[in-house]
Amino acid sequence: MSSSPLPDLGRRSVLLGALGLGAGAALSACTSNTPAAPAGSVAAPTAGASTAAGPAVTIGFSAPAADHGWIAAIANNAKAQAAQYSDVTFEAVNPTNDITQQIAAVETLINKKVNALVLLPNDGSQLTSTGRKAMAAGIPVINLDRIFDTPLAYRTWIGGDNYGMGVSAGTYVGEQLKAKGVANPIIGEIAGIDSLPLTQARSKGFADALASYGFAVGPRQAADFTAQGGQRVAANLLQAAPKLDALWNHDDDQGIGVLAAINQAGRNEFFMVGGAGSANAMRDIKADNTVLKATVTYSPTMASSAIALARLVAQDKGMSDLVEKEVPTSITLNSATITKENVDTYLPLGFES
Amino acid sequence: MAETSPTPSPTPSQTPSQTPLTKTAVPAVDEQSRVEKAAREATPSANPLSRLLDSAAARNLGLVAVLVLLGIVGVSTADTFLTRSNLLTILTSASVIGVITVGVTMVIIGGGIDLSVGKVMALASVWSTTVATQSYGPVVMVFCALAVGAGCGLVNGLLIAYGRVVPFIVTLAMLISAQGLAEQISGRRSQIVTDPTIAAIANTRLLGIPLLVYIFAAAVAVGWVVLNRTTFGRRTFAIGGNPEAARLAGLDVRRHTVALYVVSGLCCGIAAIMISSLTTTGSSTHGTLYELDAIAAVIIGGTLLTGGRGTLIGSILGVLVFTTITNLFVLNNLATEVQNIAKGAIIVAAVLIQSRARRSSFSTG
Repeated sequence: MSSSPLPDLGRRSVLLGALGLGAGAALSACTSNTPAAPAGSVAAPTAGASTAAGPAVTIGFSAPAADHGWIAAIANNAKAQAAQYSDVTFEAVNPTNDITQQIAAVETLINKKVNALVLLPNDGSQLTSTGRKAMAAGIPVINLDRIFDTPLAYRTWIGGDNYGMGVSAGTYVGEQLKAKGVANPIIGEIAGIDSLPLTQARSKGFADALASYGFAVGPRQAADFTAQGGQRVAANLLQAAPKLDALWNHDDDQGIGVLAAINQAGRNEFFMVGGAGSANAMRDIKADNTVLKATVTYSPTMASSAIALARLVAQDKGMSDLVEKEVPTSITLNSATITKENVDTYLPLGFES
Repeated sequence: MAETSPTPSPTPSQTPSQTPLTKTAVPAVDEQSRVEKAAREATPSANPLSRLLDSAAARNLGLVAVLVLLGIVGVSTADTFLTRSNLLTILTSASVIGVITVGVTMVIIGGGIDLSVGKVMALASVWSTTVATQSYGPVVMVFCALAVGAGCGLVNGLLIAYGRVVPFIVTLAMLISAQGLAEQISGRRSQIVTDPTIAAIANTRLLGIPLLVYIFAAAVAVGWVVLNRTTFGRRTFAIGGNPEAARLAGLDVRRHTVALYVVSGLCCGIAAIMISSLTTTGSSTHGTLYELDAIAAVIIGGTLLTGGRGTLIGSILGVLVFTTITNLFVLNNLATEVQNIAKGAIIVAAVLIQSRARRSSFSTG
């Protein structure tokens, strides 16, 4: 700032204004975000007996607002799956991270008398009574992933297996280290948000699986499912462990930051396993030029399946590959281990983080 | 800021000059600097300038003592604490929030508050890492981040200075809307940095020290010189200490306020490039709660939340204290919850010590 501000203010502010306008015009051109390849939204193929067109049904859908690639993929997959069916009208309410708003949104869907509801609650316990209300109104609820407190609140639950995810990761790490013949390996773990039951289940599965090989988790820290948190925690954790043999990171989104920290520290003496199965992680595994050698899935394709189930339930159909006339009440996904060998099979299912 | 001034207008006859943008006669430059100096020295103690410097230095020494204490804890609990790479990790972790804290310190000394910093950084990181922006190369990406940051700061400043809305409200609104815009542009996804130049910033080392640490040091150096060795800095202290007196002395309080928020926004833009490189992504989730981390660092650094007094070095020491705590907890494999409790306790302790020091300087002075 000059100490005699006024004399040439006019010219200066005109120049500044012009600069501002120019910058504004240049900036607005920069918000275009069309990715080079279309984002992967996954829909199940429509073939087979249970996909034959039936009576027209309306399926309501409510999920948290996406603050994470996984949740974004859930919404995209549900929409894409519904679009596959000529007999399904898809009614999604505005996603929100506020539990009272989600309750209100689901109640409008109940009042509209949709034929089935697919609900991924912000919090299973807090939306349980709303789920029961829908069931009482005769609307079958497909509870997606975050489970309600009571089976009375849903017709069918479909979700991932957090404990199984930890088991898959622990088994892969155990097998690899056993094959290498490492005695007393140092195994690190970077968890998601520690207060969440899902994180606790993942960690328990990991520890249990490692224990069966006689191994235990060494340095363990929780991040927060964000790339920034992953970077921060990993940078410090790498200092805590000057030598690592293996590292499990619970979440591929935060894994971007974890990998960045590992590269910045120039470390490559260990291998890393991811979690969730993002397209980005799968591309890294395929390229095989980072420490990331595997990831265990917690696939958002479950949203596609949930829409398919909702349609079957609403149309009183069963799953054509099963003998039962009706859809089961509970479906738990398997957590697959994706490595370089099988990555091509899973790449189409990967979600963009 | 003018209407939140704690001092009432001295005489009614002076109110007419409050009409906006009237360019009335400006007092001579020496008169201005005299008042600036007087306003800066308008502190409670008797022998103001030396006492102020003493107490600021003493506070900084206190923080240095805390850092040393943390260092002793570190050395005795983790054998890797005092290694070169660990110390550089602490400095690198501190660099992003450190650059932001430079801007926040200046805004707070100038009597304002900026709650929007974390999400302005997120917005700048998202805006500068879109597919379109990345296609123009690293220069445009950097320009974009700086322009978005400065632009948000400009909006904050104009609303506060000319719209006469309380800074707390304006910057809170900016926090929310910047987050919204960042989510909208990114589609709530993490945008991978594919540009090799930007991605390389965090991996680059000069003389064995990460480039990010140099950027951090440069921001602190520039901030220190501006605050302590320029008219702009003196005016910041004057306006923060007593905006009414500064206005009556002929300082353009409003224009200066706008400038302060633009500086804060610019710091967010710099930080956005740093965090994009550090995490190799631009994301709307970046910078969550950074505003509180920055303000906490400023407070334990001894800057008055009401403005007019403070040191940049104190704020930076505050940042280093918090970053070192995080590092210590991870080195010792402790859960993050305890770490947050420790952070809270340190903030309260620091503020208690400071208010005690101030009271004793009242009674003895």
